[in-house]
Amino acid sequence: MRYLVSVIDDKSNPGSTDRQPAINAFNERLIAEGYWVFAGGLAGTDAATVIDNRGEQAMVTDGPFVESKEYLAGIWVWEVPDLDVALTLAAEASKACDRKIEVRPFS
Amino acid sequence: MADVRAAVTRAHHEEWARIVATLTRRCGDLDLAEEAAAEASATAVERWPAEGVPPNPGAWLTTTAHRKAIDRIRRENKRDGKHQEAQTLWDDPAVPAEPPGAIEDDRLRLLFTCCHPALAMPARVALTLRMVGGLTVPEIARAFLVTETTLGQRITRAKAKIKAARIPYRIPAAEDLPARVTGVLAVLYLVFNEGYLATGPGTDPVRRDLTAEAIRLTRLIRTLLPEDGEAAGLLALMLLAEARRTTRVSASGELVTLDEQDRGSWDTTLIAEGHRLVRERLTAAAAGIAPGRYQILAAINAVHTSARDARDTDWAQILALYDQLLPLDPSPVVALNRAIAVAELDGPEVALASVDRLADRLAGYHAYHATRADLLRRLGRSQESRAAYDRAIDLAGNTAEIAYLTRRRDQLG
Repeated sequence: MRYLVSVIDDKSNPGSTDRQPAINAFNERLIAEGYWVFAGGLAGTDAATVIDNRGEQAMVTDGPFVESKEYLAGIWVWEVPDLDVALTLAAEASKACDRKIEVRPFS
Repeated sequence: MADVRAAVTRAHHEEWARIVATLTRRCGDLDLAEEAAAEASATAVERWPAEGVPPNPGAWLTTTAHRKAIDRIRRENKRDGKHQEAQTLWDDPAVPAEPPGAIEDDRLRLLFTCCHPALAMPARVALTLRMVGGLTVPEIARAFLVTETTLGQRITRAKAKIKAARIPYRIPAAEDLPARVTGVLAVLYLVFNEGYLATGPGTDPVRRDLTAEAIRLTRLIRTLLPEDGEAAGLLALMLLAEARRTTRVSASGELVTLDEQDRGSWDTTLIAEGHRLVRERLTAAAAGIAPGRYQILAAINAVHTSARDARDTDWAQILALYDQLLPLDPSPVVALNRAIAVAELDGPEVALASVDRLADRLAGYHAYHATRADLLRRLGRSQESRAAYDRAIDLAGNTAEIAYLTRRRDQLG
C-alpha cells in the first residue's frame, strides 16, 4: 500500500532549519527497511506557478493554487503494509523534521 | 410471540459481534460483513415466529449470515467475474470450526479497528455501537441526537476511510497495545456516560440502553484482555454507577444526589461484582502495579457504595484517592470533584476557595456552577447561590438535573 506523506510547515511558526541530519538518518532507515519509494523537499510556495488549460488558452498564474498559512514543504512516498505502519513511521518523521505530517493513501 | 422476539434480540446481541468479526476477517470487508449480519437478523425476525426458534439460535444466525455473505459475493462476482472470495467462504463448513481463541481475537480486531485513532471520536463511537454492539443506525442516531442521515453518513465515511487508508484489521503490536486499549476504553466510557447522564431535552435522563451496551462491551474487552487493569477498573466503575441507576431519578423525574439516594434499593449484585473487581486491582496495586485513572475512579465509587448511610462515607479515603488521581488526570473536573470531598472534611468555605480557582477553566460547565451554588447555600450566601443555580440551570442539558437544580434554587430563602 502506497501513502503520500506530506510535510506541513507553518509560515507564522516554522519548524527548525537544522533538521537535515536527522532527516537523512531517517531516510536511510526507510531505505534499509524497504519502505522508501521517493522523497523530496520543496522550494517555497513563492516559486509555484499554476497553469489552467481547461479553457480556450492556458492561463498562467504566479503563486500556489491556494494561499494559506500552512503549506506543503516536502513529500515522501512510502510503500508499507497498512496505516498502522505508516502512522508509526510518520510519528518518527514528524520528530525528525520538526514539522506536522499528513498521511494519505494513494487510491 | 413476545418470547420469539426476545429470542431474536438475545441471539442478535450475543452473536452479532462474532458474526461481523469473523466475516470481516474472511472476506476483508466490513460493509459486507455488516450487511450479511443485518440480513440474517432480519431473516430471523421474519421466520422464527412461524417456524419456531431454532434449537441453537446463535448457530442459526451465524450460518444464515455466512450464506447471505456468499450470496452477496456471488451476485457481485457475476458482475466482475471474480470467484475467489465466494470460494473461500464456500469451502468452509456452514458453522465454521474455529481454533479456540480465534473468535475472541476476531472480536478484538473488530473493536480495535472501530476505535482506531485515525478516525474522529464521534465516528469511533458510532462505528463501535454499530459493528460491535449491533445497534441499528436509528438507535444510535437517537442516542446521540443526530439525524439518521447524519449518523448513517458518519458510519459510511468511517468505513470508507478504513478501506481507503487501509486501517488494519488486527490486534495492534505489543508496543502500541496499551495506547490502543486506552482508546477503546475511552470510547466505551463515552458511551456509558451519555447513558448515565443523557444530555438531550428529548431523551430519558438515564439511557439504560447505552449504559447496558457500554457494560456489555467493557465486559467483552475485560474477557478478552483479563490482564488489563484499566479494563477491569472501567468495568468496576460502570457497574458501581449502574448499581445506583434506579435510585438516581425520583418518581417525579428529578435527579437524586448521592447523599439522598435510597441506598437499600441499590443493586447489591452489581455492587458485589464491582467491589470484587476493585479488590482485585487493589491487590495488583499492593504488588506494585500502579493503578490508572479508571481504577482510581472505581475505587472512589467503591468507597461511596460501601457506606450504608451517606453519613458513614469515608471522605478522607475519597480525598486521598482524588489526590492520587490528580497527577494522572490533572483536569479541572477532577479538581472540582476533589473539592466536594474537601467540603465534607474541611467545610464549605475551604472548598469554595478551591472551586473558585477553577473559574477560568470551568465557566462553561454546569457542574462547576451547581457545586458553587451548593457551597454558597451552605454558607448562607443565598443571593450568590441563586445566581450560581441560575447559571447551572442555563448550562445543564439533562432534564432530571435541571429539575433538581430548579427545586434547590427555589428553596433558597
